[in-house]
Amino acid sequence: MADRSFEVVKPGLATTVQDLGRPGYYHLGLPLSGAMDRFALIVANRLVGNEDGAAGLEAVFLGPELRFSLDALVAVTGAELPPKLDGIEQPLWTAFAVKAGQVLSFAFLKSGARAYIAIAGGIDVPEVLGSRSTYALGALGGFEGRALKAGDVVPLGTPSGAGCEGATLPPEGRRPVQANGVEIRVVPGLYWHRITEGAQAGFFEDTWKVAPEADRIGYRFRGGKKLDFVPREQPFGAGSDPSNIVDSCYPYGSIQVPGGTEPIVLHRDAVSGGGYFMIGTVISADMDLIGQLQPHQPVRFTVVTMEEALQARAVEKARVQELDQSIGG
Amino acid sequence: MQTRYSFGGDEHIFVEVDEEMSLEAFFKSLSMTNAVRESGIAGITEICPANASFQIKFDPDVIAPQDLMAELKGFEAAAEKADKTIETRIIEIPVLYDDPWTRETLMRFRERHQDPSSTDLEYAARVNDYPDVQSFVAAHAASPWFVSMVGFVAGLPFTYQLVERAKQIEVPKYLRPRTDTPRLTVGHGGCFGCIYSVRGAGGYQMFGVTPMPIYDPSGKISYLKELMIFRPGDIIKFRSVERAEYDADVAAIDEGRFEPKIVSVPFSLDAFTADPAGTNAKLLEALNG
Repeated sequence: MADRSFEVVKPGLATTVQDLGRPGYYHLGLPLSGAMDRFALIVANRLVGNEDGAAGLEAVFLGPELRFSLDALVAVTGAELPPKLDGIEQPLWTAFAVKAGQVLSFAFLKSGARAYIAIAGGIDVPEVLGSRSTYALGALGGFEGRALKAGDVVPLGTPSGAGCEGATLPPEGRRPVQANGVEIRVVPGLYWHRITEGAQAGFFEDTWKVAPEADRIGYRFRGGKKLDFVPREQPFGAGSDPSNIVDSCYPYGSIQVPGGTEPIVLHRDAVSGGGYFMIGTVISADMDLIGQLQPHQPVRFTVVTMEEALQARAVEKARVQELDQSIGG
Repeated sequence: MQTRYSFGGDEHIFVEVDEEMSLEAFFKSLSMTNAVRESGIAGITEICPANASFQIKFDPDVIAPQDLMAELKGFEAAAEKADKTIETRIIEIPVLYDDPWTRETLMRFRERHQDPSSTDLEYAARVNDYPDVQSFVAAHAASPWFVSMVGFVAGLPFTYQLVERAKQIEVPKYLRPRTDTPRLTVGHGGCFGCIYSVRGAGGYQMFGVTPMPIYDPSGKISYLKELMIFRPGDIIKFRSVERAEYDADVAAIDEGRFEPKIVSVPFSLDAFTADPAGTNAKLLEALNG
């Protein structure tokens, strides 16, 4: 075992190393990657005294089991996936101390989808194109370009010393839970004009459910009405289905609807382009929220203007800026 | 051509140069993205050219969306007059058409296809009025293809065949995208060909596989030190190979002996438009010596 490391006893479902991503290569088909819930990773890092962009673990639905080679400071944020130390439950959104040889495991998921595990010093896998994030589809970055496996020994960096045990972010510093069901805000655009007015209204009226095919690339939804298209002669090169377009780039958060039936919202590991039309884009402020949705969870999409999208962005930015005040302990 | 501008949420601007595909639209999009890159506008984080459109990602905390939109529109007039000549290269790609791996995959996803009773190649030959698969494959491998976009997944080229529009191969994408496509599948959707750089989801019809990797995250393959081979503007020539040559190529790649055939060539859109057959003959002469 390396000097500073943890060993993966059980990997969980799909636990990956993630930081805040790898911008600048989308034009080559390499997406941003990084934490799906960026706020949660930033908080976890702050709680243990790391830089915001230090690499941590993203665990989805089922937590891993990790044995530490050294004393460490750990924090778990995001989904309600309660951490346990040698079987004893530890608080979420709070830095706790781990002794060398102790095993960090997790109870069953109570809410949300993705937990973020930050360890003081950060995970010290090599940077690839400026980031330690895992892009599993391209076998790039992270730990050998893939999700963790049992037996992996994952190296850790040197702690800054700024973190302290018991540091915690109280609920009021976190994103508020939406009491009346999840609403995801959307700026219509891109190929919005391709569907009828009735379909446009229906998309926002219907309740959609997260489909089982929901991952880091994109979240698929079903259960709403099929979208009707404005009739047209398909442009040369697009293909004959009315949902086909001449292959274009796909924005992060863009909502494509192949065949007009099941909307797919592209996320951090987005495919960078393709030939399905898009009806708009989820605002940047709500991307974290999508990363915490579970399959079968009902959601509604709501229409917002660019101005409202920028206001929502400012709210989320302020939440990060206020972290130093809101973190107590 | 009518250029259309749209916001993609609060972080992207999407510019559709034309609704339909043409090399004119590609060159205008390329000129506009080059102009954006040279402008050095603060707040732009990604510049992504596509077939007949492009996308800019930006930080709205640095530049207001409406201001960036106005700047982009300012590049349009000059792009229309820009020189449509590029210095590029032609790359030969060996293809095993109708291979066992895409065949197995397409059978698994038959219920997502327009015609569950035939293979993707049989379907594509029929809807493009070829008498049989053999003559369809011959046309696919005969004329070179222009890389008009890189993306979808890491290093995947979208290719546009350098023939008159009447001779372009056109097929619909799968009714519902597959969740699996073999690595290095040569595919086709709409008027575009592609080579799937990695295994994964896909909606294009599948025609064959190449033995030649085009993306290597480890950077170990000699010609993939920069992880991927293709850039927009490259030209591809497919060459149909038999199973024995495919296997030999795979072995050569594994042993680090494979060198792709790549030759530098100029490409002028005006020259191609005036004489497609003559321009292609020169490209193939440059490739084959």
